[in-house]
Amino acid sequence: MPTFELDPMMMREIIMDHYANPRHFGVPAKPEEYEKVHADSDNCIDDFDLYLKYENGKVTDAMFNGVACTISKASTDILCDLLIGKDKEKAFYIIDQFLAMIAEKPYDQEALDEALAFKNTGRQAGRIHCATMGWTAMAEMLKKEDK
Amino acid sequence: MMFDPYVLRKDFPMIANGIKMQGHPLIWLDNASTTFKPYPVIKAVERYYYEETSNSHRGDYDLCFKMDQEVERTRETVAAFIGAKRPEEIVFTSGTTSSLNLLAFGYASKYLKPGDEILLTEAEHASNVLPWYKVKEMTGCEVNFIPLTEEGRLTVENVRKSLTEKTKIVSIAEVTNVLAYSAPIKEIAKICHENGILLAVDGAQSVPHKKTDVADSDVDFLSFSGHKLCGPTGIGVLYGKYSLLEKMDPFMTGGGNNAKFDMCGDASFLAPPMRFEAGTQNLEGIIGLRAAIEYLQKIGMEEIEEYEKSLKKYAVEQIEKTGNAIIYNHDSEGPIVTFNVKDVFAQDAATFFNSRGIAVRSGQHCAKILMDFLGTVATVRASFYFYTTKEDIDALADAIAHGKEFLDAYF
Repeated sequence: MPTFELDPMMMREIIMDHYANPRHFGVPAKPEEYEKVHADSDNCIDDFDLYLKYENGKVTDAMFNGVACTISKASTDILCDLLIGKDKEKAFYIIDQFLAMIAEKPYDQEALDEALAFKNTGRQAGRIHCATMGWTAMAEMLKKEDK
Repeated sequence: MMFDPYVLRKDFPMIANGIKMQGHPLIWLDNASTTFKPYPVIKAVERYYYEETSNSHRGDYDLCFKMDQEVERTRETVAAFIGAKRPEEIVFTSGTTSSLNLLAFGYASKYLKPGDEILLTEAEHASNVLPWYKVKEMTGCEVNFIPLTEEGRLTVENVRKSLTEKTKIVSIAEVTNVLAYSAPIKEIAKICHENGILLAVDGAQSVPHKKTDVADSDVDFLSFSGHKLCGPTGIGVLYGKYSLLEKMDPFMTGGGNNAKFDMCGDASFLAPPMRFEAGTQNLEGIIGLRAAIEYLQKIGMEEIEEYEKSLKKYAVEQIEKTGNAIIYNHDSEGPIVTFNVKDVFAQDAATFFNSRGIAVRSGQHCAKILMDFLGTVATVRASFYFYTTKEDIDALADAIAHGKEFLDAYF
């Protein structure tokens, strides 16, 4: 994959696209086959459930449903995109890279693909939680799969 | 004194010192949340630490005696400011939330019984809902809601229709914190009293912005905060008619509120207001509160109210003119405009405004029940004070007009 250099126009388009047309937003048809965790926020309206299906050592599906602002909805939708098809090690790696990027620490650009659109979230400190809450909740569920 | 917001702004270091946010001059439109402090308030607090440090009612020396006088002088100032008949009707608390909890736990939980009813409205702040839910848990009473009009207003008619034989307490905001409709509390007090019901008023959003006269309105209790009227944080007031305060229990006990006690478990408590002021009080807050009230009195509450009315009208006009916002409270009396930018989630709009140096509040504003009523999950609230200018509002309107660029906050 070529190194991703995103200009603001592309970043805006990515975020708006995943906000207006999320691919993984909704309740799974068979929720009983999924792990589920709730995530919400003190300082934003965000309040959603995340669903994770993990079979044969791989994430086979990821979804989320509830109330979400632009930042949390788009970032969580992109997260689902990135996780599906990955094994646990790779999934944790991607999540770690994203959290490092948001914290303005060194990170591996190539692991993040469209999630790079959130690289400046730190400029709006009040919204860091919106960008990361889906990611940390998903990591929590993946850890449960370890048992 | 001629009212001039541009002159008054020089009294506020947060404005006069050119504080910036995100590289832009700060435009403070979150006054319903808290307000800036003028130099006289800051200096009064400073004076306490530089020159007047002492506890109150604890010692026999001059500084302590002086501190007692300071506390009592503040009580007198507050009483005059809200039209209370006597300073003993002023109880210091940490703020409106604490005042309402004191009332709920000290009065309602003591006297209400299963089957009794407390009436609120759907526009109340969480602080005027959750303490009453605790009373419900403790006493088995009911908590019910007086319906609002379609636009969100509380009318005397609806209060009248909602009162039942079981109603014991009505607790409402004089001006609500999201929509800022003003309730006719004098009329409501009258019909409450005709039915033997107590009226408690949440004055957090009204006392800072208009003349308050509890003797005229005849409300039984009134709660408000110092920090929303240019005073320090952590200081507030519960006003109560003295005969009611006398019937009320303290919410906290300890040093300073008991007359005497023994190890057999007997204690007798002081008379109000000291009964409710256990422990060392927020003395810098009390001193700062007086300075804040004196500052407001010098400006004049009528002048403040009149100016803020004109600001509200101007804001509604300018925001409407953008064609890019939905306003939820065009006609309300308080200096608050609650709106959404078209097609932009409230929190995203607030972040965008932040990127332009504009402070507003987004979300549910602690009035979760109201959001069900409005049919939207979140709103943006811009709230003004007497130091807000038309230029501040122009900056907000300009940001709203550019609302579609909200993601620019991140690039």
